Amino acid sequence: MGTLQTTFPAEIQAAIANYPPGRQASAVLRLLYLAQAAYGHLTPEAIDEVSGILHMDPTQVRGVAGFYTLFLEHPHGGYVVQYCNDLPCALRGADDFLPVVAEKLGCRPGETSADGLFTLECVMCLAACDHAPMMQVNLEYVLDLTPEKLDALVAEWRAKAAANPPRRPPFGFGPPSEMAAPHG
Amino acid sequence: MGEMHVVLRHRDIPDLHDLDVYVAHGGYAQLKRAVTTMQPAEVLDIVKASGLRGRGGAGFPTGLKWSFCPRDVYPKYIVVNNDESEPGTFKDHELTLRNPHQVIEGAALAAYAIGAQAVYIYCRGEFWQEMKVLEAAVARARAAGWLGQRLHGTDYTCEVYVTPGAGAYICGEETALLNSLEGELGQPRLKPPFPAVAGLYARPTVVNNTETLANVPPIVEKGAAWFKAIGTEKSPGTKVFCLSGHVERPGNYEVPLGTPFEDLMALAGGVWKGRALKAIMPAGASSPVTPAAKLAGLPLDWERVAAAGSTLGSASFIVLDETTDMVWVADKTTRFFQHESCGKCSPCREGTYWLKQVYRRLVAGQGTAADVDLIGDIARQIDGKCFCPLGEFALSAPRSTLQLFREDYDRAAAGAAAQNGQAHA
Ligand SMILES: Cc1cc2nc3c(=O)[nH]c(=O)nc-3n(C[C@H](O)[C@H](O)[C@H](O)COP(=O)(O)O)c2cc1C
Ligand code: FES
Repeated sequence: MGTLQTTFPAEIQAAIANYPPGRQASAVLRLLYLAQAAYGHLTPEAIDEVSGILHMDPTQVRGVAGFYTLFLEHPHGGYVVQYCNDLPCALRGADDFLPVVAEKLGCRPGETSADGLFTLECVMCLAACDHAPMMQVNLEYVLDLTPEKLDALVAEWRAKAAANPPRRPPFGFGPPSEMAAPHG
Repeated sequence: MGEMHVVLRHRDIPDLHDLDVYVAHGGYAQLKRAVTTMQPAEVLDIVKASGLRGRGGAGFPTGLKWSFCPRDVYPKYIVVNNDESEPGTFKDHELTLRNPHQVIEGAALAAYAIGAQAVYIYCRGEFWQEMKVLEAAVARARAAGWLGQRLHGTDYTCEVYVTPGAGAYICGEETALLNSLEGELGQPRLKPPFPAVAGLYARPTVVNNTETLANVPPIVEKGAAWFKAIGTEKSPGTKVFCLSGHVERPGNYEVPLGTPFEDLMALAGGVWKGRALKAIMPAGASSPVTPAAKLAGLPLDWERVAAAGSTLGSASFIVLDETTDMVWVADKTTRFFQHESCGKCSPCREGTYWLKQVYRRLVAGQGTAADVDLIGDIARQIDGKCFCPLGEFALSAPRSTLQLFREDYDRAAAGAAAQNGQAHA
């Protein structure tokens, strides 16, 4: 059994149960999130394991993983910071605030900080333009950014990381739903 | 005209996201009434008669769309389009976080009306928090008997599933969404067949926007006549307008369709910093800019915004004040569409790439008058030649800004000429 199946056996079953019998390929995005959480990023082994579980062609799974922006094909920092500088946020100063973010995190867009804690990415609209400047950190919203707010958060993240190295990778889709009755 | 909360009811009712509060305010009663006392066709007829139109962009009549599903083909599916990725749009974000049960009940009523027993709520991957809220809401509603197997002692079953995307604007296009949900690349399908005939797993499927479905429980409760009395004849009901950019108080404002532009802007405190308005983009980055002169007194509904040369779409108003450089705006939107082009067809994939290069030069002060002409040439190579509307969306800002604010382009090109002059001096 691979790392994914040993780490998230129940989650895998619950993810597949969201879709009708025989339609397990629909669970590929959920499983890729889980694989990312188990392996750190989507390594070739991670892709192979997902393909094996879902009886999918590895080439198709690789294609799917490459198609979406939230799947990481390389190691990232413990906190993936996705900073929005798309048009509506930029109209409210997001481009000007970007250097502040970069300086406080210790990395430029597209880079990971030397301590491996932060990866900074500039991303497209995150559907919270009324709270610019804003970002998501491991998919959690951080809204209405100010230098002071950012200082406090960075200190908090550093303290947390010192106590408990942030789990690589930062995000996985949390425990999937056991809510609706499984199909079949 | 002021705000009216048909879908943003949580603004008036604290903790409406909580099942008990939702039920205390009449929640899930319409679903129960429909399942236990109404025929599916009656629900469909009310929604048809209400004149409700899709809030996801195209404004297509919702009841009519539901009626396209063939009767005797099973299973059928309702898919909630909660992909919300158009720059400037953040209404479904608020709705699913703050009023999730109304979305779920609306989807379940739609399912009952077309004879579907499963609902998929497709959320953009970044809506991680929204997915948690929706999954918890479904679980609680199901545990309380409002959703699930054999509802209220009938033989009607309705299961609701939350399903993630993973970061791709194109997956908001309904057929790309369906491919994504099936585990394929999230690229659009050729239409026809339309999803109503062959959608998810090639079964009859209705794809509706989150806000569209949130309108359904109040319509079933209060009737078609009540709904038609709000808004305009052809665009009944309220609409959530997302105001972003250069306004004093950006945010969501739900007002009757047909509300004059000034009234809407007044709710948001007007243009920020006491400045004058230059233009707005009324449907996010994919809509042509509408200049201030055309907005004066304009009633905001699908027909009249279209007559003013743009599109109401999902009503994502990006407000641009008098200081805005339109070349910079079009550069931003071009970068968005180049990034989000799904790669399936070459006019869109290559065309947005070349457009981006031209705009990069212009905003860097290295563009020339020839570059400005090139924009029109590239646009002609894209227009009408793409597999899906994304390619044309990419042209909205470049073409409309070039047509209406040519002086911004001339200034950009002149800046380059001046720089070149200095370099040679
Ligand atoms: C490129 C593209 C992106 C779209 N994005 C969304 C979206 O994020 N949300 C949405 O509801 N509809 C989106 N749509 C429209 C959908 O294809 C579809 O028309 C809509 O979900 C239908 O729902 P409605 O009838 O309730 O409006 C998009 C369309 C295109 C062409
Ligand atoms: S532009 Fe930044 S959240 Fe929309």
